[in-house]
Amino acid sequence: MNNTLALRKFIVGAIFALACFAFICRLFYMQVVDDRYKLDASNETFRHVTQYPPRGCIKDRNGKLLVTNEAAYDIMVIPGQVKDCDTNSFCNDLGITKADFISNIKKAVILNTSSHASVFMKEVTPEIYASFQEKMYKYHGFYSEVRTVRRYPMKIAPHLLGYIGEVSKELCLRNPKYKEGDYVGISGIEESYESDLSGQKGVKITMVDAMNREVSGYKSGKYDTLPQPGENLTCSIDADLQAYGEKLMENKAGSMVAIDPSTGEILALVSNPEYDPNLLVGNVRAKNYGKLVLDSIDIPLFNRALMAAYPPGSTFKPIEALIAQQEGVLTENTSYTCPGAFHLGNISVACDAAHGTLQLEKAIAMSCNTYFCNVFMSMMNNKQYSTTEEAFETWRKYVMSFGLGTRLDIDLPSALRGNVPSVDYYNRFFGKGHWKGATVVSLGIGQGEMLLTPLQLANEAAILANRGYYYMPHVIKSVGDKNTVQKKYTTRHYVPIDAKYFDIVVEGMSEVVEEGTAAASKIPGVVMCGKTGTAQNPNGRNNSLFIAFAPMDHPKIAICVVVERGGWGAEWAAPLGSLMVEKYVTDTIKRPDVEKRMLEGNTLQYLAMEKNQPRVKHKSKK
Amino acid sequence: MNERRNSIVPYVDWFTICIYGFLVIIGWLNVYSAVYNPNHAGIFDFTQYYGKQFIWIGVAFLLAFLVMLTEASFFSVFAYFLYGITVFALLAVRFIGAGTKGSHSWFHMGPIEVQPAELGLFAINLGLAKYLGNENIKMSKSTVRLRVIAMVIVPILFILFENETGVAITYTSFIFVMYREGLSGNVLLVGALTILLFILSLMGSQLVLTYVLIGIALLAFVIFTRRKRKDLIRIGSILAAGLLIVWGTNFAYNHLEGHQRTRIDVFRGSNVNVKKEGYNLHQGEIAIGSGGAWGKGFLRGTQTKLNFVPAPATDFIFCTLCEEWGFVGASFVILLYLVLLVRIVFLAERQRSAFSRVYGYGVASVFFIHIAINVGMTIGLLPVIGIPLPFISYGGSSLLAFTLLLFIFLRLDANRLQILK
Repeated sequence: MNNTLALRKFIVGAIFALACFAFICRLFYMQVVDDRYKLDASNETFRHVTQYPPRGCIKDRNGKLLVTNEAAYDIMVIPGQVKDCDTNSFCNDLGITKADFISNIKKAVILNTSSHASVFMKEVTPEIYASFQEKMYKYHGFYSEVRTVRRYPMKIAPHLLGYIGEVSKELCLRNPKYKEGDYVGISGIEESYESDLSGQKGVKITMVDAMNREVSGYKSGKYDTLPQPGENLTCSIDADLQAYGEKLMENKAGSMVAIDPSTGEILALVSNPEYDPNLLVGNVRAKNYGKLVLDSIDIPLFNRALMAAYPPGSTFKPIEALIAQQEGVLTENTSYTCPGAFHLGNISVACDAAHGTLQLEKAIAMSCNTYFCNVFMSMMNNKQYSTTEEAFETWRKYVMSFGLGTRLDIDLPSALRGNVPSVDYYNRFFGKGHWKGATVVSLGIGQGEMLLTPLQLANEAAILANRGYYYMPHVIKSVGDKNTVQKKYTTRHYVPIDAKYFDIVVEGMSEVVEEGTAAASKIPGVVMCGKTGTAQNPNGRNNSLFIAFAPMDHPKIAICVVVERGGWGAEWAAPLGSLMVEKYVTDTIKRPDVEKRMLEGNTLQYLAMEKNQPRVKHKSKK
Repeated sequence: MNERRNSIVPYVDWFTICIYGFLVIIGWLNVYSAVYNPNHAGIFDFTQYYGKQFIWIGVAFLLAFLVMLTEASFFSVFAYFLYGITVFALLAVRFIGAGTKGSHSWFHMGPIEVQPAELGLFAINLGLAKYLGNENIKMSKSTVRLRVIAMVIVPILFILFENETGVAITYTSFIFVMYREGLSGNVLLVGALTILLFILSLMGSQLVLTYVLIGIALLAFVIFTRRKRKDLIRIGSILAAGLLIVWGTNFAYNHLEGHQRTRIDVFRGSNVNVKKEGYNLHQGEIAIGSGGAWGKGFLRGTQTKLNFVPAPATDFIFCTLCEEWGFVGASFVILLYLVLLVRIVFLAERQRSAFSRVYGYGVASVFFIHIAINVGMTIGLLPVIGIPLPFISYGGSSLLAFTLLLFIFLRLDANRLQILK
């Protein structure tokens, strides 16, 4: 009996061994075969904390700060750690109600559970934060995180600079650089130079415990990457000129674009109605953005300088004169007689006055419609071309070579191309063979289907200033410390017009200011060449336009001013343009009466009257 | 004779003591690693678990030494007395003891806390050994069987009464002792089948199991018997017992209280939220799995150290070990345990007295069930049952209890040649 029982030691031993064998097998499976657990482990213990780089600042051509960064504070909360909170004093410090407090906490719990940190309040201003911070030690579970927000010290050029906002879901999917909640440039320079301004995010790897508390850095930061700050940009605009332009444009709808013709750098880019760029910053962005978007009277977010297209009116006449000379159908001595209107068949185009018989220079100075209708007709009837279509196509190619009706490759988003109608367009509209030069003669005086943007008109002025070429307009002089301008902004674009044909046109333009339509806008001591435009507007009062450059020799500035509903070109656009030129060229205004009249003028009333609604102001007086 | 009495050193089984020492040191290092914190870097910092464990190890060594100095006959003479005191303490602690989570299993005596269910294991074992070691007692007698079972069942009932289900389960390990002493192997088989059926009915569907059991019964009846009435009754009653286990388990599961039911849910992997109830097990498995073949290295574990695994120094210390020492280290410790168990069985078999042999088997069985349940639950083969891993888990009470258990046996073993058969 005992002997058989003694054998049982083997059974007992076998049971022990079997169990141990089972455990070892299971461990082998878990630790060696299956790597599911390893992946889980690295997710759970490392926390990758994003280090945000400061966004690049933007300065003007003279080094004045246009956009800078300011600290803002996100108040963070870990709901599970909040206890014994004196909500009354807490809410007072942050300027919120108790209901806000409760709903923010609830939101945080829903978003990230109560043991994880969530944003309680976003981008609190330094003033509020200062008072809150002193007492923060009393509020368990709350802490702050610094981030930067944009500031615009001079409160100018909102359309040019643009704004930043939270990145869209689509962009996150498209570009792995962005994660939800990141900020990205949405318009203006902020958008077009996003890749330079944004810098590189860094990552700090920390270890967290099961309570999601940071325990320590990982391997003394060996795998951390430092954030690379964004590049600082030097903008080509002159902040003083820009500010002056914005002041002049108050209560007027329209825009001003000033270009340095010798480089293509934009000196000022004003679009009014505008808004204070600081409105679209920090935790007030959403509220203000809604207001700006919904304002259908002023459309303040609309960048008229790049996106509004107007019939150029008489400001187109210098181009017309250049093309006709190049085509050999016009010389400085060609003369036409103006009886007060242009008549051809059943078509007639009115002129401001009966100018009598005049030659090219005078025709430009007096802006004679009859003269330029005849010029246009002479081109359309040019014997060189067998059909009107062919003649028209040639004319159109010339026009487009001035950058008109094409999208200028400016370093800002959303510049529009305007419209120079094509042969196809008229063939579709009238039928092939059912139109001729006379049908579209109003194009010769910048009316009809032609639509150009202020930027294109300013560029036209620059071409005239340079007597035959232009640099692509741009707003950024340099990126970072390197003084490198993109190559496309340093190549000259020549128009196919011989330089000799410019002299007479420039003479005519100087006469415009000297004794012609813009005589009231003469600048003492500066010879300015300009051209007014009074463009018919089917919706209401005429638009007032002016293009100019100065000084006549070695021009330093080329400008275009458009005042919607302004009436005569000489009434608003020319004096406004002359003030800008005077300010930039001489740095002082010697015509206080003109300046006063312009500052006090209000053409916005006409726009509001048309829409029959009261206006909202988005910008306080500077 | 005098010489022998004065020096037992040559007769002590130093091999077992070495394994014991090895395991205790492994335990201490893992406790250190489990709660390692650079701010309290010193391994002798007595405010920390590892510092305290160091003291407990010292106390355990002292206790072992004292046991070795004790006359071997003391244990045999006082066996029933110690058994009686323990059973009394098990009952008393229910009324004057304290505990956590609804259990009443700890005596608080000033700074010292004692859990009689754990500490008393050696006494129950001694009582059992005393009774079975008796020359005239044979397991073949049904009265003997009943008495032996009662000697184990009574403490189990008291411990259940204390609401310490986990510890109570460890007492069932004495079934191996009974088996060695002559209990039918069928009992062991039935026990194993019961556990298997129990686990299957926890994991599987009641209905499917019922059909499978009926199917097996029918097959067995048709193929292996002569289809007599006697066979029908025998197979029928086995089937009935099986079905009783399946249905009983389901009934019990449906009437379980919150946390116990959750543990079962976690084990079954059903209705489980890995962030909540399943957290312990899930995190434990991640910790083990992330250790890989070679482990992350001493003090380099991340999961256990960063509180992802609860109780990384006590019940779940095997996680820490697996994470830092990998498959190689964990297998080594398991093999070390196996060597210890087999060594104790070997020592038990060389005893001249039945008392010593029974006691030795008791020690091996108690160690085995602790190791099996603790490791089994940690690696997800068994539901979570909160019992310590012998010699490795942090905790003075359990370390002293296991040390006492082992060294009494080593003392008896050292004395083996003086016993006349």
